[in-house]
Amino acid sequence: MEAAVDETLLRSLTPAVIGILVRRGADFAAAEDAVQESLLEALRVWPENPPRDPKPWLVKVAWRKFIDATRADASRRRREERLEAEPSPGAGAALDDTLQLYFLCAHPSLTPASAVALTLRAVGGLTTRQIAEAYLVPETTMGQRISRAKRTVADVRFDQTGDVATVVRVLYLVFNEGYSGDVDLAAEAIRLTRQLATLSDHPEVAGLLALMLLHHARRPARKRADGSLVPLAEQDRSRWDTGLIAEGVEILQRALARDQVGEFQAQAAIAALHADAQRAEETDWVQIVEWYDELVRVTDSPIARLNRAVAVGEADGARAGLAALARLDPSLPRYTAVAAYLHDRDGDPVTAARLYAQAALVAPNLAERDHLNRQAARINATARR
Amino acid sequence: MAKYLLLKHYRGAPEPANNVPMDQWTPEEISDHIQFMRDFASRVETTGEFVDGQALAPEGAWVRYDGEGRPPVTDGPFAETKDLIAGWYVIDVDSYDRAIELAGELSAAPGAGGKPIHEWLEVRPFMAEPPTVTE
Repeated sequence: MEAAVDETLLRSLTPAVIGILVRRGADFAAAEDAVQESLLEALRVWPENPPRDPKPWLVKVAWRKFIDATRADASRRRREERLEAEPSPGAGAALDDTLQLYFLCAHPSLTPASAVALTLRAVGGLTTRQIAEAYLVPETTMGQRISRAKRTVADVRFDQTGDVATVVRVLYLVFNEGYSGDVDLAAEAIRLTRQLATLSDHPEVAGLLALMLLHHARRPARKRADGSLVPLAEQDRSRWDTGLIAEGVEILQRALARDQVGEFQAQAAIAALHADAQRAEETDWVQIVEWYDELVRVTDSPIARLNRAVAVGEADGARAGLAALARLDPSLPRYTAVAAYLHDRDGDPVTAARLYAQAALVAPNLAERDHLNRQAARINATARR
Repeated sequence: MAKYLLLKHYRGAPEPANNVPMDQWTPEEISDHIQFMRDFASRVETTGEFVDGQALAPEGAWVRYDGEGRPPVTDGPFAETKDLIAGWYVIDVDSYDRAIELAGELSAAPGAGGKPIHEWLEVRPFMAEPPTVTE
């Protein structure tokens, strides 16, 4: 049997190779196309004939593909000759190239959907088909989305300093998409964030990485075999990945020590407090409320306030939670579900059952809808007995 | 082969025989119902007749163009009286009879008391492409 090509390695090399081509003078779209072709070539050639050093191999092939494409365009001939005379780059600039590519793909001129697609393709090295499968859209749709994104950033100068906050936001979106097809987007987001963390020492990059690791650690316990959701309190904690938790906590502590708290560090701190409890009853809800206060302070997000009300319900009792909830806008997503839960905890099954059924109607996904319907059914079934 | 759309309705379909709202079921009855739907999809998948299945959220709006330079008109997010599609299956089957047969099976999904809901489903054929070769 042929040796399989290490696709993770290929993907991790992608951004640097694109960056090198761009610095040599290729425009972004052409560089990206050429690198995609070089990846396909690697998949074809490497099983029988692995290179001694993969990155220079990819650079060489991608550059040749780019030259071929440029040569095909007669009007570009003079430009191509100039490019061929360019000296090859030094080693030191490689890391900066990759970071620039992150900034470019997350550029504020792109819609979030386009930024995500372009990041997965150019930085992540995924094929259009893989991205389309992961997002459950036809490949042609995703191809159009990526082309449009490339046109949008065509005129953006590559040496422009980007905002790490937009990059972090895009990676967070990728992480939250879950997976289908043959690519696990959560794992892919972690891989890209790890890479970004080696390029940038921004504390929010570390915060996001810690958050992802802590959530990912709980994934094996989050769903039953039939796909239904398991609430945090009922999860089998022996199935949490302690290695990922330890790593996440360590990254978080180093980030927090720098005293520049942002929303991802605050979220990671909350996730770490959950991970720290051996049993659900041991959860330190008082500290969690404090972190939600911090999260509300840095984000002023209504969702953070809603989650805070749940935490207050655990720390100070359901009545206190309901009081915190009463100050919020009832049209918030999941407001009714939270109200149902707090009334349930407060020993008011009639109100809780009614609200659970109502929340099920507006649930954003099937797993949550089923969960809420079951909660309503559980209470109503007990009441009938 | 021809494609058919099997439509489930939140509202607008005739009332089913076993018409009990889901929050009045037992949790086990809900699990059985979900399992039935899942089994149906995977069975139709094994026979090579499955194309797509999706669930829709209940809120929807009618939207209409309202003239140049004006925003589109909607009837608001919570129109209470119209038909509401809950979700669909798309199947690709040999005959109309087979489409009806599958819709009948799907309509037997269990509800309260573990008995079939007898839910009414709408079956609509897809418009076909013109044939490449005319016999």
